[in-house]
Amino acid sequence: MALLEVKDLSVSFATDDGVVRAVREMSFELDRGKTLGIVGESGSGKSVCTQTITGLTRGAEVHGEAWFDGIELIGAPSRVLRTIRGVRIGMIFQDPLSSLHPAYKVGWQITELIHAHDTLISRRRARARAAELLGLVGIPRAADRLDDYPHQFSGGMRQRVMIAMAMALNPDLLIADEPTTALDVTVQAQVLTVMRRLQEEFGTAIVLITHDLGVVAEMADDVVVMYAGKIMEKASRRDIFYRYHNPYTEGLFKSLPGQLPTRARLQSIAGSPPSLINLPTGCPFRPRCPYAFDRCVEDPPLVQVYSGLQHSACWLPRDLQERERARVTRLAEEEPA
Amino acid sequence: MARFLLVRVLNGIVVLWLVSMAVFALFFVAPSNVARTIAGRQATPETIAAINERLGLDQPVWKQYLDFVGNLLHGDLGYDYYYQLSVTQIIREALPITLSLAVGAAIIWMVLGVFNGVISAVFPRTLADRGLTVFALFFFSMPTFLLALVLLYFLYFKLTVNGHAWFPAGGYVPLSDGLWPWVNHLLLPWLALALVSAAAYTRLTRASMLDVLGEDYIRTARAKGLPESRVVVRHGLRSALTPVITQFGIDLGQLIGGVVVTETVFSLPGLGKTSIDAIRQQDLPVIIGIVLFAAAAVVVANIVVDIMYAVLDPRVRIH
Ligand SMILES: Nc1ncnc2c1ncn2[C@@H]1O[C@H](COP(=O)(O)OP(=O)(O)O)[C@@H](O)[C@H]1O
Ligand code: SF4
Ligand SMILES: [Mg+2]
Repeated sequence: MALLEVKDLSVSFATDDGVVRAVREMSFELDRGKTLGIVGESGSGKSVCTQTITGLTRGAEVHGEAWFDGIELIGAPSRVLRTIRGVRIGMIFQDPLSSLHPAYKVGWQITELIHAHDTLISRRRARARAAELLGLVGIPRAADRLDDYPHQFSGGMRQRVMIAMAMALNPDLLIADEPTTALDVTVQAQVLTVMRRLQEEFGTAIVLITHDLGVVAEMADDVVVMYAGKIMEKASRRDIFYRYHNPYTEGLFKSLPGQLPTRARLQSIAGSPPSLINLPTGCPFRPRCPYAFDRCVEDPPLVQVYSGLQHSACWLPRDLQERERARVTRLAEEEPA
Repeated sequence: MARFLLVRVLNGIVVLWLVSMAVFALFFVAPSNVARTIAGRQATPETIAAINERLGLDQPVWKQYLDFVGNLLHGDLGYDYYYQLSVTQIIREALPITLSLAVGAAIIWMVLGVFNGVISAVFPRTLADRGLTVFALFFFSMPTFLLALVLLYFLYFKLTVNGHAWFPAGGYVPLSDGLWPWVNHLLLPWLALALVSAAAYTRLTRASMLDVLGEDYIRTARAKGLPESRVVVRHGLRSALTPVITQFGIDLGQLIGGVVVTETVFSLPGLGKTSIDAIRQQDLPVIIGIVLFAAAAVVVANIVVDIMYAVLDPRVRIH
């Protein structure tokens, strides 16, 4: 059985402007010790999805299921969620400075988590554990830094503090929501290395949210590509990188330097994501899709399954798509720069 | 921190000096008839001159001021014009009354304001929130003197007329005469002074708390699996209090105005009422003594608030 199994998850928010359909019929699975990458442009529902699973979205209408190790998380009472959050599911977020409380010492923030779930542990032991954790994530002079405040750390060190806290009770699952987006490139690599090292050491499963395919390439076993609240494509890392099917996945690659054959020019996907309040009929990507045809306007694409594991929500048949892709690439090259 | 405190103390001394000069100047702009009041209607010019000489009022203003400052440096605020009582003694007797009023009211207003504000913010747009908003707007738009009169009318006059003499019309009973008589005499003045500010602090805390509850670190606190009460109080309120405390420091000055009004309406012989009486009688030493004392209290309170601010926000402490 998978550690995390999300089935048909839909999340919407009632706002003054209308109902925002942030996540629609999302399904995925994650096994113990594995890493699932969730990619997509900002606003595609990545954070809403993972925060809904842990009961952190407020004022949302939620449908569907999320089974974590045999426990249904959707609609679980907060009493149950509290025994899972922080203990069995750790979480880290995009901006480590704003995610740590500015008024408390980092040591206090870590021991608070330990005490919250282990009422018997002594202060001294909790503190020793906090120091050990800071050392584990590679913070120099860990014991001395327990009494520092978050603003006294650099960005990368702060994210290490967040990781230390999230991993404090050795959770089964770590949800990392764009953990390196706010960091510069060298620091990004170090933070990812720390995460991977801890994952190997403790066998933690990771949901890694990012809009950076480079991070996915480095970390993920499986990949979910999201667009406008929908899963566009879901496959192993290998399949996503070498045999992607969905035009949106292709668009993501094209906007990445050095990923496609050398002749292809770097281009971001033209246009912008649809309003989540007034979604277009048919395929949500249709207004921006270079392959769109009649059917895409009328019907939302069915998920097609290739070679057993690769899922793509797109009407294009595999072979036709290959043909079409060649045509579009040719057109792009003929067009004067 | 030590340097910061030193600067604040020096600033405070300059402020007190300016205040003393201002009061002196104001007093001598208006024509004085203290000696005439003391001497009575049939007084001869000689008597009046003698009184003026005894009080030092025949001296030029600058000389009077220097004498005053000279005495002040020895901790002597002088004697009142009418009964030759020591001003320090007058302040010492009135102070417990004013302190009882001001501290009690400040506690009620802070506790009520912060509690209501937190409830409002944690349950936004619910019945509780709307009810508290109405409460806040009602009292917020009411001046202290009006509220004091309304309380007197309903809770003293109406109740007493209907045979429920629960509250006295005014006056003060020291704490040494028993807790209940003390509270009983102060309750209406406390409410008069506290409710207006409590309303303002409800709105302030609500806004501040709503801001803070949207912060990323609140999400982190929930992600840690902490009970919601701890998330709200230890993580939310902890940050939301900073602007509230700052505002409290600013409002301490205004509290003095409220104290004067409340003491007058409820005939509490505290510093406020004493100073109003002194102004009526142009009793300069008493006026100056009380004004300086009040200004010093505000200066000290502001320094205390600054220290609290630094304790609450470690980012301030470092710099
Ligand atoms: N509480 C909320 N109320 C209304 N809309 C929301 C709320 N939270 C998120 N959304 C909307 O849901 C969409 C998905 O957001 P999010 O999951 O944060 O995207 P991302 O993929 O960048 O993490 C966005 O359009 C966002 O505006
Ligand atoms: S379904 Fe149509 S519009 Fe949508 S991605 Fe496939 S080809 Fe493009
Ligand atoms: Mg996000």
